[in-house]
Amino acid sequence: MNVGNLPFIVSALLVVLGIYTLLFKRNLIKLVIGVSLIETGVNLFLVMLGYRSEGIAPIYTFAPAGERMVLPTPQALTLTSIVIGLATTALLLSFAVFIWRHYGTLDVHKIKELKG
Amino acid sequence: MSALSVHAPVLLIAIPLLGAFAVPLIGKLGRGVRDVFVGLIAAFTAALAGLLAADVFGRGGAASVYVLGGKPFNIPLPSGMTAPIRILLEVDGMSAFMGLITALVTITAIAFSFSYWKKRSGGNMYYSLLLLLTAGIFGMEMTGDMFNFFVFLEVTSIAACGLIGFRVWLGRSQEAGFKVMTLYTVSGLFVLLAVGLLYGEHGGLNIAYLAHGLTGGLIDKIALGLLLTGLAMKAGAVPMHMWAPDAYGEAPAPTSAVLVANSQASLYGLFRVLFTLFGITVSAATTGWILIGFALLTIFVGVTMALVQNDIKRLIAYGAVSQIGYMLLGVGVGLATIVAKPAYGLVAMQGGIFHMINDAACIGLLFLVAGAISRAAGTRDLNKMGGLAHTMKYTSVFFVIGAFALAGVPPFNGFASKFLIYEASFKLSPFLAIIAILSSILLLAVFVKAFQGAFLGPRPASPGGGEAPLGMLIPMAVLTLVVIAFGLFPGFFVERIVTPAARALWFGRDAYISAILGG
Repeated sequence: MNVGNLPFIVSALLVVLGIYTLLFKRNLIKLVIGVSLIETGVNLFLVMLGYRSEGIAPIYTFAPAGERMVLPTPQALTLTSIVIGLATTALLLSFAVFIWRHYGTLDVHKIKELKG
Repeated sequence: MSALSVHAPVLLIAIPLLGAFAVPLIGKLGRGVRDVFVGLIAAFTAALAGLLAADVFGRGGAASVYVLGGKPFNIPLPSGMTAPIRILLEVDGMSAFMGLITALVTITAIAFSFSYWKKRSGGNMYYSLLLLLTAGIFGMEMTGDMFNFFVFLEVTSIAACGLIGFRVWLGRSQEAGFKVMTLYTVSGLFVLLAVGLLYGEHGGLNIAYLAHGLTGGLIDKIALGLLLTGLAMKAGAVPMHMWAPDAYGEAPAPTSAVLVANSQASLYGLFRVLFTLFGITVSAATTGWILIGFALLTIFVGVTMALVQNDIKRLIAYGAVSQIGYMLLGVGVGLATIVAKPAYGLVAMQGGIFHMINDAACIGLLFLVAGAISRAAGTRDLNKMGGLAHTMKYTSVFFVIGAFALAGVPPFNGFASKFLIYEASFKLSPFLAIIAILSSILLLAVFVKAFQGAFLGPRPASPGGGEAPLGMLIPMAVLTLVVIAFGLFPGFFVERIVTPAARALWFGRDAYISAILGG
């Protein structure tokens, strides 16, 4: 099935949604979700870059002629990016846990020791 | 050319990285052993950076390629072009120059940490994260590949936020850590999106390969915008600076300086993208003026926000933000004039790049002083401390020298580089120089206020710690010597290290590309 440019539009939407969440939400967990949304959008974009419709996985020492294969590089990039995303999300969530312990709230407007 | 300097680019990344993961293990053997180990790693890394710089500047700052893996790193394509394969590091004058800055800052920070961290817990985590951050910064400076640049950018992001927030018993550090991590991640994702766009358009990730194929079309322009935003955000340019005072202010004092070096590495990435990757394929004048706009905002907002601070580290942190503006101004003027290549454009570049190492030295000195006095006074609030000059004579002299250097008072190093920037930006438009000079004067006022608050006044009622211990004084003295040496003999240093770095950016695009692609 040919999906055209739909995945690119979806990934752009995800990024925009994530930025919207970061700008307008007040709950720290929602901010982490926003970061994750941007990340997912970018990862989807990377995967789409290398996708060929009806392509097969490029696992060959000597590729047979005439096969349509997806590009391997964007997949490697995406894997790396997912691993980095895991680390950043874990770090962000653990900060949120400790902020909850110190201030008893997750509302960014109520945590304001660092202003100005 | 010894084997060590041949392999220096990769060892600069590998040694701190291995050290970072070995520290928690070696820490089990006791603090003394761990400190010796960390000191050896830091000293070896700094020596490598020095060797690399001597090697690269010995060749006049020309680009050289380091290949990980087998020798042939090019494969010819059926179309007649060559495509780079394998992991490539590419070092030219600018990379070696940044390596020197990073080495200077990390070795003094680590030397200072030995006595700063003597009575505190969490030292294993601290040194581990600090070495990881160092490895990431060196990686950003040495790599020749856009995706690896992104990976190292994220390594520094995670290590830096770990350093800011690993003291989980402090509420403020958690708040700062969350904020900084969010913005670092977003900036990293902007960079990744841009890398994806460039890959999709040109089918490569190597900087030289991409630079060769760039046409300046719409996709390239979008990628440039994303890279500019992401890297300026990570460098702490206004209006994306909200994280910077939190990061510099809440990190342990010795590492604030390393965080500034990290911001400078992002700035290096930005310059690499603008000069080597894009060069004049997109309108360099427009991007140059955008950079100048960022620069003026950063200088002005940084200084005015510093005026109202009462927390000594936050005050210095805003000072550090404003200095990023001066570097952007110098290089922005250079980029705006790159097509015509007038002589003053190169002078502006020299000023901006010289200011990087000057800023690293004097901001590093100020943060170390802040660490020493907040330890002695037991507070960071300028209203609550005072009279420290009675007990901390050397430290107060170091503070005055650092503050004068940062505000650009002769004969210290800040003056030498700021003067080049004033002179060259005045040629482009007098307005730029006026804003820059006025802000420097305001910055002097800020530091006079800080000096008066912390050091002058009656002898403190509660006798604090007295003079800082020798282990803290020596790193501060080393940085002070650098500040004075660069201020007294600017010509010597500009000629030896700054000019090759500036020329590598200004003229070196073709050489950078042909070092990889040949021909």
